[in-house]
Amino acid sequence: MPESPITPALIQQHNLTPEEYQLILEQLGREPNLTELGIFSVMWSEHCSYKNTRPLLKGFPTRTPRVLVPAGEENAGVIDIGDGLAVAFKIESHNHPSAVEPFQGAATGVGGIIRDIFTMGARPVCAINSLRFGNLDSAEVRRLFRGVVAGIGHYGNCFGIPTVAGEVFFDESYEGNPLVNAFCLGVLRHEQIARGAAKGIGNPVFYVGPATGRDGLAGAAFASQDLTEESASQQRGAVQVGDPFMEKLCMEACLELLATGAVAGIQDMGAAGLTCSTCETAARGGTGIEIELNKVPQRAPDMTPYEIMLSESQERMLIIVHKGREDEVKRIFDKWDLPWSEIGMVADHGRMIVRNHGITVADLPAAKLADEAPIYHREAVQPAYLETTRQWRPDQIHDTQDPESDLMALLQSPSIASKNWVFRQYDYTVRNGTVVKPGSDAAVIRIKKDSLPDLPEDAPNRHAEVPEKFLAMSVDGNGSYVYLDPYEGGKSAVVEAARNLACSGAVPLGTTDNLNFGNPHHPELFWQLKEAVRGLADACTHFEAPVTGGNVSLYNQNPRGAIDPTPTVAMVGLIEKPEHITTQWFKDAEDVIILLGEAVDAQDACQGLGGSAYLKLKHGLKTGLPPRCHLDREKSLHGALRGWIAQGIVKSAHDCSEGGLAVALAECCISGEKARHDPHLIGATINLMGQEGLRLDSLLFGESQGRIILTVPQAFQGKCLEQAKILGIPAQVIGTTGGDHLSIQVQDKSYRWSVGQLHDGWFNSIHRIMDA
Amino acid sequence: MTDTLQVSNDSPSHKSSSKQLQFGVVQFPGSNSDQDCIHAVETMGHRAGYLWHKETQLGNLDAILVPGGFSYGDYLRAGAIARLSPVMKAVADFAENGGLVLGICNGFQILCEAGLLPGALIRNRSLQFRSEFVHLRVVHDQSPFTSQTPEGTLLRVPIAHGEGCYFADQETLQEMKANRQILWQYATADGALEDHANPNGSVEHIAGICSKHGNVAGLMPHPERACQNLIGSQDGQRLFSGIVDHLTQSS
Repeated sequence: MPESPITPALIQQHNLTPEEYQLILEQLGREPNLTELGIFSVMWSEHCSYKNTRPLLKGFPTRTPRVLVPAGEENAGVIDIGDGLAVAFKIESHNHPSAVEPFQGAATGVGGIIRDIFTMGARPVCAINSLRFGNLDSAEVRRLFRGVVAGIGHYGNCFGIPTVAGEVFFDESYEGNPLVNAFCLGVLRHEQIARGAAKGIGNPVFYVGPATGRDGLAGAAFASQDLTEESASQQRGAVQVGDPFMEKLCMEACLELLATGAVAGIQDMGAAGLTCSTCETAARGGTGIEIELNKVPQRAPDMTPYEIMLSESQERMLIIVHKGREDEVKRIFDKWDLPWSEIGMVADHGRMIVRNHGITVADLPAAKLADEAPIYHREAVQPAYLETTRQWRPDQIHDTQDPESDLMALLQSPSIASKNWVFRQYDYTVRNGTVVKPGSDAAVIRIKKDSLPDLPEDAPNRHAEVPEKFLAMSVDGNGSYVYLDPYEGGKSAVVEAARNLACSGAVPLGTTDNLNFGNPHHPELFWQLKEAVRGLADACTHFEAPVTGGNVSLYNQNPRGAIDPTPTVAMVGLIEKPEHITTQWFKDAEDVIILLGEAVDAQDACQGLGGSAYLKLKHGLKTGLPPRCHLDREKSLHGALRGWIAQGIVKSAHDCSEGGLAVALAECCISGEKARHDPHLIGATINLMGQEGLRLDSLLFGESQGRIILTVPQAFQGKCLEQAKILGIPAQVIGTTGGDHLSIQVQDKSYRWSVGQLHDGWFNSIHRIMDA
Repeated sequence: MTDTLQVSNDSPSHKSSSKQLQFGVVQFPGSNSDQDCIHAVETMGHRAGYLWHKETQLGNLDAILVPGGFSYGDYLRAGAIARLSPVMKAVADFAENGGLVLGICNGFQILCEAGLLPGALIRNRSLQFRSEFVHLRVVHDQSPFTSQTPEGTLLRVPIAHGEGCYFADQETLQEMKANRQILWQYATADGALEDHANPNGSVEHIAGICSKHGNVAGLMPHPERACQNLIGSQDGQRLFSGIVDHLTQSS
């Protein structure tokens, strides 16, 4: 078959610059053929190589004594949780595919992250996700939202993993560029950690999983470009198609195979499929790899080497097996009725050699391909818009005259409203491990013996008891904050996650981040990225929650513009004892409500209103300075809360975030749920005394950081306040639980809502929009 | 509502008798609530093991559970392929001989496809997957599966299904009522049978049924996921208690 000559047009179509092509010529010492060009184009795409962001990511803290596998080494990081157990977790995006094919785009995003977890040898036990869309008054946005949620549910539910938490935001900046960030966590024993390295010269290389087709062709390259008007029709072929049933079988088979000890290295075929998995494993192993494409199971006729190498058909794994143990693969994969094929072997020449029917179709240096993509230090320039937004002050808007309507409006705004329309489509009870289901500040799961992959038949500890562990997790981010101050916004994503964990009784263990930004070639957008990463890094360091891995998704923009810069942060924490597990809703009448933290940050010139949901909803503004994060105060606050929880005096804990204090109080009254159409509603009588001189909108709806609403039994009120004073944490009693109204008194004015009315608006808002 | 998690009270609600029962949990490719069935049985103080779908011999089992999940990926129709598995012949024989068989969610779908239970499960009326805790009302306690739950007992258990809408034609329903085959219905927190309490639109708000002879039952909700207060409810144990009681009495 005649090879196309490499033309400048071809190079450009492959998203490579002339300079990058020059680098290829230097690395190879010759011209690449078309297949090799395709290989370079995916391996050196932003998605695979992080060429625009690697210098920035070096700033992340990645080590604490608990880190067993740090960021950057393998497909996911691994953190110790005590008693010889560990967790592997990561978050990843599938933004571009979801924009053109929401169902499959989101589904395969979930599939991809699940594979990254079990390729580490861990059993995936839960998922969470962070989603962003444009405004729901657009039919197109509703279509994307509906499709994404259905896709996530389809994949997770069929695979059999509970989706236990998440966040969903709606903002015009995401119109046309939905964000779908999927997180997965798995559990394993220390000795079960598997590596993605091609070790052992002469070891056979196996392909396992469904046959390769043309779907998802060059998905990695697609992810590394701006979306255009034509993207939908042209790029649909780049969206992979997922089969969660296949993935479930593949996972069970892989974990069973890992238990035999026959595996020398294992890697999933994700972005850039066969290409990425072969050269990365060889690079990690310091070895070479040779494969024969005619041995790769194919489900489309006449596939070219180019297509086979770049296909992103799902649910496939590359497994390097110790020579002599090949029969284990066959036995186990036949048991699960999964295709397998021995396609190559590990070599000592450091090259990735691909043959098809004996003819060499690619011969590339593995390590250079995997590790030596060019690195760019992009220009960063502070955006001009900040000159304006930073000047804004609250005196430019009137204070609220009608907080009663304001609260109802905020509770019904889709970003704040209950997300039950979403999570009632997700199985969150499978695996009998969900202690706190979706709807509280953080999800809490319980790990037990069957959460772990099986040990080998002859392992001495195979029947040993496994102590139960309790993990909390939350995913957070606020694009408006980051837009208005990338450094503070980056910090606040981490701080909010840590605060949510503290409210559930957990200590942070580690973090994974998904950086969703625009085109890095725009200096202003790159500046946003740089500053946000700096903020994330500072906060992660402060909370001793190292980044164990994550994902960068750039080019999230279309001709109308870029998205708000949106780093999302998923944090995992450990809860020492089940008695410490805390939820956000008020429990009983007559409990004392305490506000921890300053009602409004005295050092904030925008009094908590900058970048707030209230400012946007009521005044149509996205401006000002976002609320400041005082890292020391936050850490102190979280520690104190955990202390009170450990003392057994905390009935509920909920932090203030979007919508401010009034929204948080309302959520405490209405977010408990016993069963379908059986909410746990409980009112509260609040008196916000000593707040003279504060604006009402700032007090009720401002988003100052570092505030938590606590309830304690009356008997413990004194103790709690005393201890707070000693610790230097602002704490004031603001009211009592009970009744069927939320009433808030400020000075001589009193505002009142029936909890039934609050609940109805908040609970049914999205349902009314989507199921109309 | 006192929401203190009663973590220290998760002892089996049924005092373990001298005989430790052995349950078999059928495992198809794609079953995903199989380990939950094993866990539930163990919280009752009894034992459970997997029955791989290719097995034709059951061994010495006291009862069989057909678990939830997406056997065979729900290809063709939920349960349509699973019911043809070699193991299902053995399960059918076991049932024929009066053995207790309980199908949960996908298990219920499989038993209907296999003809061991009447009717069929179709797509939820909402056309969406539904995952939430619901209240079930026990219709009568004259079945091994309900003997520990008097008529009108409310059980709070989770559902998680996309095709849980039970359907049977009028003739079949009449027959089922005559034979007292309806065991559980979706209800409000007060035990009333109302449309809004029904998560999938099933006819007569049916959540679960039994066979004419009463030894085979199926329900869409997941009692095996409600065996510990820690994870939301311990009400599911009351269903398993019925099975245990029946087996230990008759042994």
